[in-house]
Amino acid sequence: MNGPQAHWLADGRRLHLNHGPIDLIVEVFGEVAECRAAYAQAVARFQTILNELVDELPELRRPASLKPRAFDGATARRMEAAVVPLAESFITPMAAVAGSVADEILAAALAGRRLDRAYVNNGGDSAIHLGKGQSMTLAIAGTGHGLADRITIRAEDGVRGVATSGWRGRSFSLGIADAVTVLARTGAEADAAATLIANAVDLPGHPAIHRVPARDLAPDSDLGDRPVTQGVGALSPGEVARALDNGLAVAEDFRRRGLIAASALFLAGQSRISGSVALAAPNKHKAKETAHA
Amino acid sequence: MSELAERFETHDPGEKQVAEKIRCDACPVMCYIADGRTGACDRYGNVGGRIVRMDPLTILDHAAETGGAVVPFVAEGEAWNGELVNTGRRFVTAIGAGTTYPDYKPAPFIVSQEVEGVDLVTVVTEGIFSYCGVKVKIDTDRHIGDETATVRSEGEAIGHVTTGEYGSQMLSLGGVHHLTGGSKAEGRATCDALLNLCNRKPVELTIDGGATIIVEAGKAPVIDGKVEHRMRVGCGSATIGMFATQWRGLVDEVVVVDDHITGVVSEHQAGKVLGWEETGIKIIGRRSTPGRYFKVSEPGLGWGGTTISDPLSILGDWNAKKGARPGLSMLMVSTTGEQFAYYELDDQLKPVEKPFPQRLQKSVGLIEDNCEPALCTVLFIGGAGGSLRAGVTENPVNLTRSVQGLKTYVTVGGAPVYVWPGGGITLMVDVTRVPEGAFGYVPTPALVAPIEFTMRRDDYVRLGGYASEIRSVEDILAKGGEYLNPRRGSGAPVNNPWPPLAQLRRARANGAE
Repeated sequence: MNGPQAHWLADGRRLHLNHGPIDLIVEVFGEVAECRAAYAQAVARFQTILNELVDELPELRRPASLKPRAFDGATARRMEAAVVPLAESFITPMAAVAGSVADEILAAALAGRRLDRAYVNNGGDSAIHLGKGQSMTLAIAGTGHGLADRITIRAEDGVRGVATSGWRGRSFSLGIADAVTVLARTGAEADAAATLIANAVDLPGHPAIHRVPARDLAPDSDLGDRPVTQGVGALSPGEVARALDNGLAVAEDFRRRGLIAASALFLAGQSRISGSVALAAPNKHKAKETAHA
Repeated sequence: MSELAERFETHDPGEKQVAEKIRCDACPVMCYIADGRTGACDRYGNVGGRIVRMDPLTILDHAAETGGAVVPFVAEGEAWNGELVNTGRRFVTAIGAGTTYPDYKPAPFIVSQEVEGVDLVTVVTEGIFSYCGVKVKIDTDRHIGDETATVRSEGEAIGHVTTGEYGSQMLSLGGVHHLTGGSKAEGRATCDALLNLCNRKPVELTIDGGATIIVEAGKAPVIDGKVEHRMRVGCGSATIGMFATQWRGLVDEVVVVDDHITGVVSEHQAGKVLGWEETGIKIIGRRSTPGRYFKVSEPGLGWGGTTISDPLSILGDWNAKKGARPGLSMLMVSTTGEQFAYYELDDQLKPVEKPFPQRLQKSVGLIEDNCEPALCTVLFIGGAGGSLRAGVTENPVNLTRSVQGLKTYVTVGGAPVYVWPGGGITLMVDVTRVPEGAFGYVPTPALVAPIEFTMRRDDYVRLGGYASEIRSVEDILAKGGEYLNPRRGSGAPVNNPWPPLAQLRRARANGAE
């Protein structure tokens, strides 16, 4: 069995941590000694994180309800906390696993350290740290749709997590979105919300959509026999718009409830934006209306 | 990968496992994976009932000149060195590089790297080797089959037993005749066996008129169901020579039973020198020189690689006129020390087995201790032919000349190779030095092996190389190849030199500036 691995990427700046399905890219900014200590802390925390999750995996694969369950592991607790507010729909803590791992490793790297900025990118689901007055520029999907492919997050935005979900990604999706990117307070919250918004970008019963029970593809999937999207055929522009609007309704609901800061939804060349492109923090601009056309 | 695959070998290879889920144990998640799918990591998948590592382009990290793992962690018990910058050296291997066969177009990767102030170029491609095979060395004295006997896998002829070496039996497997010259089934069985042997998986081979052997590179051979633990210390005669002094004074006669040369200490030169007295022993066999006998028995799976289960069967009557007497003691032992027995002559001068005495235990143990562990070693052999060379240079013979002239260093998955003298680029490589899972196949059938050519950039341009296709290591790490396949970082196997530096040093040793 392979153990946790860590090595530098080619640029010599970013650390790659891998253990089983977890692939993290970690980069921190600040004084050299602080950075060195932060990387060491991240690596130390990484040694056991997968095993801790595996210990509670059966329960983590079971649906959440509005009543939180008690988990032993810190990462598992982050996952449960992120999905409980969304548990009116079917959701398991696994919807937030990538973001939660990113949050946990980032927290470990930051503990007792003084860093200007830092991020932990877990396959597109990221946790970020911004010191006072700092900002970070991220690249997101959606280029070629008249949207900027770069967004800048400032410390005062209150956004510390960004996640993307879609049926083409590594995790299964119940919906047909090419990509849904969410900005939220934490990686875990962004991850969980992106999963549900991407699930909602859908055209139930549409013949061009090829769906397969999750269990046929991955026998131990937390999605059980729920049909997951394996192919999307030609859709008319009207159908694309309808699917996106289904997702947007969910995104708007989450945003109004202060669960996310913003979201961008992409399908077949069309897109929707929920929240300000200028990226307001959750709760701060609750009443602000959508900027989408 | 091989050990993972083995653990799932719970059924006959011929039995098709359709849509069966299997459990991966590459990481603690232990996903159940359906046939044709990958696990949560997307790295390991279920391919026809086996857990297989999906192969991205492999980039080796040479942590130091001698190689080493990529910043190993707790799993290996070593500490992270805390360095903030990567001090390692990278080598883009051809594993997962893809191939341009049979098109005459540039190889998938032509990589430049500056080493000690010299610009070096490595041309990286996966070669399709229609002409290829493996040479297998099996450390055993047991008779596994006659020279030239056919070796089979899944019932199909895939090669033959070739001339034996000291302490080892040798097989020559594959080659173009078995791959493409026979029936489809023969070609497929040959390709399968070669692929598995090269990827260090166990393969069962049966030899016509001989044994059934499980061969796995770097592991002990299993011959007719028995694991061979040790290689003989030497032939029977050599064993006498090595241990005669140890037996002096402890026993009157020693016979070392061996398939090749059975030794008798009282007659052997080594015994004579020590003043060993005659015992009147008679060995049934063809005497070569004093104390050395050929053909005491047929080759087999008994004592010392013979068919003998009762060692007394090789002895004739004892001669009292030449020193035989009641009570005379005799040790009989095989060349690996695994079989041994102690006898004393009775009043009729017949040997009678007695409990093995303590005083001889040490010498028998010493024989065993001097035997090296028996291993199977597998060398891949192949010829880099036409279109592969054309992917390197527009004038293929220039590459051959450059390799022959030591201006180009050839590696297989970063592992050093032996290039045969004479025409062409015929190379051999120890498969255990090549990163795991490096070999593939095409339905031709033929094996696909990674191959890299490293040379000075100016030499490359001079021999007609595709100068405009040269890219930096950084660019390849960032962008990958034509098909944007993933890149994989991997520790270079220990003891493989970093190819660019190896070529540079070799060129300097040969008088290049």
